Amino acid sequence: MEKLSGADMLIRALQDEGVEYLFGYPGGAVLHIYDALFNQEKIKHILVRHEQGATHMADGYARATGRTGVVLVTSGPGATNAITGIATAYMDSIPMVVISGQVQSHLIGTDSFQETDMIGVSRPVVKHSFLVKEARDIPETIKKAFFIASSGRPGPVVVDIPKDKTNPNDLFEYKYPKSVSLRSYNPSQKGHTGQIQKAVDLLLKAEKPMIYSGGGVILGEASNALTALTRKLGFPITNTLMGLGGFPGTDQQFLGMLGMHGTYEANNAMHHCDVLLAVGARFDDRITNTPSMFCPNAKIIHIDVDPASISKTIRADIPIVGDVAVILKEMTDLVNNKKSKKPDKTLISKWWDQIALWREQDCLKIKRTAEDDQIIKPQDGVKAVYEATRGEAFVTSDVGQHQMFAALYYPFDEPRKWINSGGLGTMGFGLPSAMGAQIAFPESTVVCITGEGSIQMNIQELSTCSQYELPIKIINLNNQSLGMVKQWQDMQYEGRHSHSYMDSLPDFVGLAESYGHKGFKIQSRSDLEPVLNEVFSIKDKLVFVDIMVDPKEHVYPMLVAPNGSMRDMWLEKGVRT
Amino acid sequence: MRRIVSVLLENESGALSRLIGLFAQRGYNIETLTVAPTEDHTLSRLTLTTVAGDDEIEQITKQVNKLVEVVKLVDLSEGDHVERELMLIKVKAKNDQREEIKRVADIFRGQIVDVVHDAYTIQLTGTSEKIDAFVKALPQDSVAEVVRSGVLGLSRGEKALSI
Repeated sequence: MEKLSGADMLIRALQDEGVEYLFGYPGGAVLHIYDALFNQEKIKHILVRHEQGATHMADGYARATGRTGVVLVTSGPGATNAITGIATAYMDSIPMVVISGQVQSHLIGTDSFQETDMIGVSRPVVKHSFLVKEARDIPETIKKAFFIASSGRPGPVVVDIPKDKTNPNDLFEYKYPKSVSLRSYNPSQKGHTGQIQKAVDLLLKAEKPMIYSGGGVILGEASNALTALTRKLGFPITNTLMGLGGFPGTDQQFLGMLGMHGTYEANNAMHHCDVLLAVGARFDDRITNTPSMFCPNAKIIHIDVDPASISKTIRADIPIVGDVAVILKEMTDLVNNKKSKKPDKTLISKWWDQIALWREQDCLKIKRTAEDDQIIKPQDGVKAVYEATRGEAFVTSDVGQHQMFAALYYPFDEPRKWINSGGLGTMGFGLPSAMGAQIAFPESTVVCITGEGSIQMNIQELSTCSQYELPIKIINLNNQSLGMVKQWQDMQYEGRHSHSYMDSLPDFVGLAESYGHKGFKIQSRSDLEPVLNEVFSIKDKLVFVDIMVDPKEHVYPMLVAPNGSMRDMWLEKGVRT
Repeated sequence: MRRIVSVLLENESGALSRLIGLFAQRGYNIETLTVAPTEDHTLSRLTLTTVAGDDEIEQITKQVNKLVEVVKLVDLSEGDHVERELMLIKVKAKNDQREEIKRVADIFRGQIVDVVHDAYTIQLTGTSEKIDAFVKALPQDSVAEVVRSGVLGLSRGEKALSI
């Protein structure tokens, strides 16, 4: 049998796992590993400028493709810099394997140079982690890491490897296991048949049904199954921020996003429904508003692969644990079954009439006075990007007002096209995650919708973009302030804008050009369409588009809190339901 | 309500800190905790008591079950079970108090495991309530030092927590 060092075994194991890209940054504890990487061509290494960028790139790659993203960082600061990205992936259940170097085994615990307890530091934000104790365990550990990261409810897995375990002079027999089984880890797959039948019976009797689906539909590759069932039933549907694209965003049955900045019709339909089908969603606090006032008249069916997500904040009447795609398919089969009762469209026609009335509110209409005809509203920017890309781009975002505007004004017809940090809300996520998506799909249009606050949190990656010629289009909705913070200060702190302004901004066009990219600045609404058309005709270059938008704009609708239900919303400044 | 959660987990370094960390991270309390390897040395048995309502204990058991190193888990307080705690207690016992303390220990079926001229060390097993009652029954200010094992438990009948 072939004999390899720990470092070579690691790289071979990653190759055998089918890893295409490794996002990383070298350092003392991973020098042996980088040397092993030097002598091969199968895995392409992307040299980032900061380890946080590496984790978000791997994350964006994973979200765009469904495959596990892989990161390689050194010990100490390399590892701690990766933590924000690991936590981001953890909150959104993204499959990721992070390999961190560790100081030599005999130095562990002595406060040695660049030592940090990575297993301890990362513990609350990983699905699982491994400290490699014996070099011969490396292949099996890697196999386990990928298995755990990508199965059940996915998540990040850390593999911490002390430097001496990768010593090129210590050789071991290499064999990559075909499969692994863990007696203590067995993610459930198939839903309970009796529960599924009960759920279908309840749905077919509903007069005011509502479907609410989340990121689990995207992660579980269940959007086709969800779309088929929803169309068959003829029910209204809403998606969470993480679930956008799980059902076609331009479909008549789609009521838009729900939650804190959800649409008037989606939030009202949630509040008034009599049967709620929740699929791969976790009743997050940004959805439910006050839990005790949530869906007061509804029987709740909750499908999720993670039993701990069920009845965590809102009690489910019919819980179904298992793979969402399999369960939705089974439900559709039951509905199609000749013997069962057919969906009765007349039963829900009054409900659709009510929804039509809510839709007349036209809650996403951009409000504009005659004087500000040429002022660009951030919503105008997003809509213009939608037009210029015909709604077909991968869109990543950072965190804040621009994220909500992107989610509300760029409807997604397909899963995996919308990439954002929903759970952790990580500023600085947009650019590196766009890079991961662009690396996975070099021919596709990838847009990063960001703001001048967020983009500066990982702006160093513009350099990485030059190195790997990533033609991302960065849309900077520049309102010269931390818009979402400012909005809350306007609404809850009597307009005291404590440190929510962005002073000393760089000339973004000049900055982009200094890295070898192209830059455009847009200041007038009439320039939006022509300039963006030009921007998206540039296929071989990164373009930074700095759009000066109305700094006073707020995101609406917005749920009234505290002590509000989902039907209690602010609809515009000073106007509420 | 007080719950006794008994867990079989992989006997690996880091497994315990993951479980304890989970409790801290999610704001669950731990009243007592005891852990040791089982007859199968690849497994540890951990028993903890916590105070939680029905919804909370459901979340706790689900979250603990999610940990990759947790093999099996049971909430013993859900059904009939036997529970015991062990206490070693050092009691100041001088002159006329020596007889009284020995008598109380006998009543509670405690065993005196070490004797010096002015102190006894007493071993006592039983439910936590019995142990509390014993400490209360001792003469005031006589207790010098107490160490308790935390609660151990098994379900009654044939049913066993094993793999």
